[in-house]
Amino acid sequence: MNPLTRFIFELQEISVLIWRSFVSLFTQPRYVGEWIKQMDLIGVGSLPIVLLTGFFTGGVLVLQTFPTLEYYSIQNEAGRSVATSLIRELGPVLSALMVSGRIGSAIAAELGSMVVSQQIDAMRAFGTDPNRKLVAPRLLALIFMLPLLTVAADIFGLIGGAMVANQLYNQEVSVFVNSARNGIQIADIIGGVVKPIFFGLVIGSVACHKGLSTTGGTVGVGKSTTNSVVIASIWVIIFDFFLSKALQYLLDMGRI
Amino acid sequence: MLDDEQEKPIMADGNEVITDFEEPINDRNRVAPVIEFRDVHLAFDDKVILDGVSFSIRRGETKLILGRSGGGKSTTIRLILGLLKPDSGQIFIDGEDITGYTEEDMMHVRQKIGMVFQEGALFDSISVYENVAYRLREQNVEEDEIEHEVRRMLRFVDLEDAIEKMPAELSGGMRRRVGIARALVGDPEIVLYDEPTAGLDPPTARTICELAIKLRDLQDVSSIFVTHEMNNVGYLSSEYAIINEQGEVVFEKEGERLCLINTEVIMLRDGKVIFNGTDEQLRKHRDPYIQNFVYGKN
Repeated sequence: MNPLTRFIFELQEISVLIWRSFVSLFTQPRYVGEWIKQMDLIGVGSLPIVLLTGFFTGGVLVLQTFPTLEYYSIQNEAGRSVATSLIRELGPVLSALMVSGRIGSAIAAELGSMVVSQQIDAMRAFGTDPNRKLVAPRLLALIFMLPLLTVAADIFGLIGGAMVANQLYNQEVSVFVNSARNGIQIADIIGGVVKPIFFGLVIGSVACHKGLSTTGGTVGVGKSTTNSVVIASIWVIIFDFFLSKALQYLLDMGRI
Repeated sequence: MLDDEQEKPIMADGNEVITDFEEPINDRNRVAPVIEFRDVHLAFDDKVILDGVSFSIRRGETKLILGRSGGGKSTTIRLILGLLKPDSGQIFIDGEDITGYTEEDMMHVRQKIGMVFQEGALFDSISVYENVAYRLREQNVEEDEIEHEVRRMLRFVDLEDAIEKMPAELSGGMRRRVGIARALVGDPEIVLYDEPTAGLDPPTARTICELAIKLRDLQDVSSIFVTHEMNNVGYLSSEYAIINEQGEVVFEKEGERLCLINTEVIMLRDGKVIFNGTDEQLRKHRDPYIQNFVYGKN
């Protein structure tokens, strides 16, 4: 199979996976317990790494931009600079990449192991639809939890930025906060929450597809896991570009 | 299915015995095939897996499917469960043509079938109790009934003590036995065994075969037993289980008193059925491939 045919084939399979999972949310049986469990694992479980990432990203943004802003005597705009960068771009993308690494790999490895140890076959043999029981809860959890994680990362990024501005450059926290507040538009916040919804869908569907199509024993599980993280990360970055463009058009974002 | 209103006789090991067979032995239902393959073909890309396979299994009969690895044995079982679809031909379960069934259509057919996977295929993240209870939980059966049924099945495989353990704590043989208990929940009419003794030591393999014999002879279950080990053929096609006067299950060898007619052997080679008959016919067959398989020489 040539790469283009393979790509179209995989795209079709992922689309079917998403559609079946979506439909299963509206029909019985619903595994609500599994939904909550996955939300806890994915959301609460990823909180520490996402918060750390956000905090230090905010800090390093101030560290790198403050001297330049100071050169142009607009250091009071440091808060605006960090807030817009974080909320529009870095918060959603970095959170998605961290979650892709932590959760995408875990999903692909778990489902892949279940495939090679025939647990998925057993599930089907006992009358359970693996899409309904395994894929839908994970997709749902990612779609719900990634925007929340992103908001948390944004807040911690602003805290990190304010701390660096205050401790290293002696800027009053109130100046940083006012600047950030003036710089953030409603459209930025909407865009910053809409993007992770799509990123969650991309990470979840790629990870589930790679896991469920695992072949070749334990070596295959390793391959699926790696492929899941790499492919989901690339798609997150590609999607980010097109989503940014679409949001700019729809929400009139990015004027300043 | 789980209606226990009528009291059933209990064997010495605590298992209930089915004694109230509703249909007489010459009933049409007993002669009609429970599973039937008609000229089934399946290929993955250029590799032919099954090439015109036809056979049938009657109610209460056990069919042993023999053959070397990659010969299409496990594929046959996956086709019965609807986990794979044939390229052509027809598959009937209980007289119902399942060939064109969708995943949703297959759900009610799968209720009639219990499946024992090669390595047990237990769900790693849940306990033995939850594994055995899995099917009942899916059917929203009440907790009391679930516990009763799980304990009954674990007693049948002599593993009630392991009820709280996680699958990772079990040995290979115990995993297979839990797999059998899980397959038997809901009293399926058909049980499929996919190399359940592979990689087990001889005494444990013998225990697994005894469980299959008990199911066949005492519970009237139809089954397919996929294996490539001749020891299994020896046990399953020459021994039968009865309950003695003390209510204990004992295994006896067929002989002058009783001749087993409910167990036959199919041998697959490169996706084709090259033998279908009794174990005696198999051992006397002159085909060099069969001779090699049975006796390990030409």
